[in-house]
Amino acid sequence: MIAIIDYGAGNIKSLQFALAKLNKESVLTTEPRVIRDASSIILPGVGAFKDAMDAINALGLTDVIKQEVQAGKPILGICLGMQLFYDKSYEDGDWDGLGLLQGNVSRIKETVKVPHMGWNTITKHNESPLTLHLPDNFHVYFVHSYAVGELEEATLVGSTEYGGRIPAIVQQGNITGMQFHPEKSGDIGIQLLANYEEMIS
Amino acid sequence: MLAKRIIPCLDVDKGRVVKGKKFQNIQDVDDPVALAKRYNEAGADELVFYDITASNEERNIFLDVVEQVAKEIAIPFTVGGGIRTVEDIHKVLRSGADKVSINSAAVTNPQLIQDAALKFGSQCIVLSIDAKEVAPNQWNVFTKGGRYDTGIDAIQWAKQGEALGAGELVINAMDSDGEKDGYNIPLTKAIADTVNIPIVASGGAGIKEHFSSVLEQGADAALAASVFHYDEIQIPDLKTYLEENNIIVRREIEWK
Repeated sequence: MIAIIDYGAGNIKSLQFALAKLNKESVLTTEPRVIRDASSIILPGVGAFKDAMDAINALGLTDVIKQEVQAGKPILGICLGMQLFYDKSYEDGDWDGLGLLQGNVSRIKETVKVPHMGWNTITKHNESPLTLHLPDNFHVYFVHSYAVGELEEATLVGSTEYGGRIPAIVQQGNITGMQFHPEKSGDIGIQLLANYEEMIS
Repeated sequence: MLAKRIIPCLDVDKGRVVKGKKFQNIQDVDDPVALAKRYNEAGADELVFYDITASNEERNIFLDVVEQVAKEIAIPFTVGGGIRTVEDIHKVLRSGADKVSINSAAVTNPQLIQDAALKFGSQCIVLSIDAKEVAPNQWNVFTKGGRYDTGIDAIQWAKQGEALGAGELVINAMDSDGEKDGYNIPLTKAIADTVNIPIVASGGAGIKEHFSSVLEQGADAALAASVFHYDEIQIPDLKTYLEENNIIVRREIEWK
């Protein structure tokens, strides 16, 4: 059972539907017990960084997530969920994230339209089972105004270009992040989720 | 590179698509879910569902449609029509919509955009503007299906919408809507030059050249209804045409 952490607003039903296409059972939850019992965790996310961290803290889930990840449980962060993995975000202030990955999050440069909205291409970096069976420069659906800036290069699996390089797929051990929405990226997105599920199984 | 988007728009009344005719390869031509699947397979980049239902009871039928669509297709879609409150927005997002389009309710209550953007994030709040030319190169915002002139300057309203937190603008040119004479490029361009958020051009698509013109001149996406519903333009052909004209589009629909 996959625990999808349901800490507030947004469309998480689509994520569940995408997982159902892969015959993966998932549950929307805020219960520490359910998260501890799950085989893997997905941290979705839309909205503001601070609000999301506040909600996760208020639900008492910060320690649960950190402990489960440190114990080796696979976790996938999508969009804001991926950004929450990092040390810090500068979204309207200076906020601490979960600190599972080293790096920080800042606003996309205003030399391009913000939000970054639509289908953009992924350039592959470090080899990963996540991008198996996928063509070079495939399109996935992005919608975000902030992005990971500095990060450990060894964790970068795929990036896109939008007012500079934007980390799009990151992976370090049992931690995986996707800045775009695989559940909204058509067949390619479903393939990415299938690759992810295969990788952690 | 970020691709330009092609967006079919479907009007839904009592759970059925209005104007959804003339398809031979699907049996139920009025079924929004069947049409959504067909457009997805054809390579549409996004969809818009516009609820033209009046009563609250029918509203729930629409929310069921939204959920069924989310279940069947894995591309983003926007829901519009009858959105008046933050709770309305919450309901459609929880049903599986990715974005919500607000039109006349935002004119009456601009605070709605700000409240919604703060609560759900700018990325899912679309401000839809119905604009009509009232003097040469002067466009006003109209409501009530184009019958009421609010007296508000459309370009200023677009700017204000961005400041309030809208993450995208749909510019519906009411003069060209249904005319199939091309998108309103001066209006679209004037707004694109003023704001720094994505712009969806709407109203007037008739031939493939209309799409390339507006996408080359300020629009990030082009929305159309009847040319797709009546199969006058096929999306794969349109994308081939755009690609030949050096416009970046998403093509790996059948990549396997």
